[in-house]
Amino acid sequence: MATAATSDIKWWAGGRSPFNVEYGKLMMWYFLMSDAFTFGAFLISYGTIRFSQNYWPDPNHVFNAFPFAGHANLPLAFVSLMTFILIISSVTMVLAVHAGHHMDKKGVVKWMAWTIVGGIAFLACQAWEWTHLITGEHMVLIDGKVQEIGTTVSRNPWGAEIPGMIHEGHQVTKTGPVAFGGYFFGITGFHGFHVLSGVVINIIMLIMTLNGVFDRKGHYQMIEKAGLYWHFVDLVWVFVFLCFYLI
Amino acid sequence: MHQSNTHSPEVTFHHAPAGDEQVKRIIRTTVILSVITLIELALGFTIYFLHKSADYSHFLVLFIKGVIVILSLAKAFYIVGVFMHLGDEVRNLIMTIVVPLLLFTWFIAAFLIDGNSWLNLRNTDAGHRPYNKEQQQVVPKDAKKPGVE
Repeated sequence: MATAATSDIKWWAGGRSPFNVEYGKLMMWYFLMSDAFTFGAFLISYGTIRFSQNYWPDPNHVFNAFPFAGHANLPLAFVSLMTFILIISSVTMVLAVHAGHHMDKKGVVKWMAWTIVGGIAFLACQAWEWTHLITGEHMVLIDGKVQEIGTTVSRNPWGAEIPGMIHEGHQVTKTGPVAFGGYFFGITGFHGFHVLSGVVINIIMLIMTLNGVFDRKGHYQMIEKAGLYWHFVDLVWVFVFLCFYLI
Repeated sequence: MHQSNTHSPEVTFHHAPAGDEQVKRIIRTTVILSVITLIELALGFTIYFLHKSADYSHFLVLFIKGVIVILSLAKAFYIVGVFMHLGDEVRNLIMTIVVPLLLFTWFIAAFLIDGNSWLNLRNTDAGHRPYNKEQQQVVPKDAKKPGVE
């Protein structure tokens, strides 16, 4: 549609933006491209270390808990919930941008508020998951002694099972590769920090909308820019979800 | 055709289709993303159950993982193309974003191959001995006793 109307425009003849976007939005795109390489570098580094190991913890075994479900074995369940929360908050964000295109202040306020709720819900989920991993202790054989350790950046209880070795009714394992915790907390932490800053940006945008700043400006471009950032956070999660939980 | 909410003489804003059409497109994309995620989860559970049997096909697991990767790329395409409206931008802008990302093909291939080479060096003492699969899974025999009371 847009291309049909614009194909005969001389974009590079001067007097107009050759990319037909505002400066701030263009720079947001380039920032996101560079951020994609940052996340890409982290995830590829994780892949390199994982490829170099004979043993790597099985995500279905590590991430099998759900709040208030006790010790029930529920692989993938909680992270699916987190994924859907982020997808839905991405949808509410795109609806806020859409309302902004139509100068619909009420719509923008409503959808921005839901987006913020989604972002906070995601962060809460992540806080629970981190707490569960750090405080959830498992029987591990270290230096010939059985010890109970949680997952941190320096300790990994998710090693291979030692056949036939049971201690107080629990299967004892070896320690797993140390890099597991570092990569998990490092990458999901970096992503979580993006979510947090996205929530803060969205709250600021909501306040500005309520104060009528964009109505006075005559456009809701800022909502669009915040939207780009928010969708990028969702986009990164697609790959974090892929690399840490699915494969 | 031209929505005249232009606020600058240099930029015309008529990226997204107006009104209901755009809402329909958002809903359709949401459904696509959700369905792809559900398929990914189903495949994830397939891997989980395959892992439970002792002699599962490594090739099959690798194949399923490959399918999941392709599905994730499809999700990325929809998020960037529709939610971020990149598909509605001027072609030159799309190219300045997408073409640099092609570096990822080298980035991923080079570093995963490097990791794999590292694994081979580790398992063969840098080529000084042949690879012995059993050796990687052996638990030190003397490690078994002290821990058990």
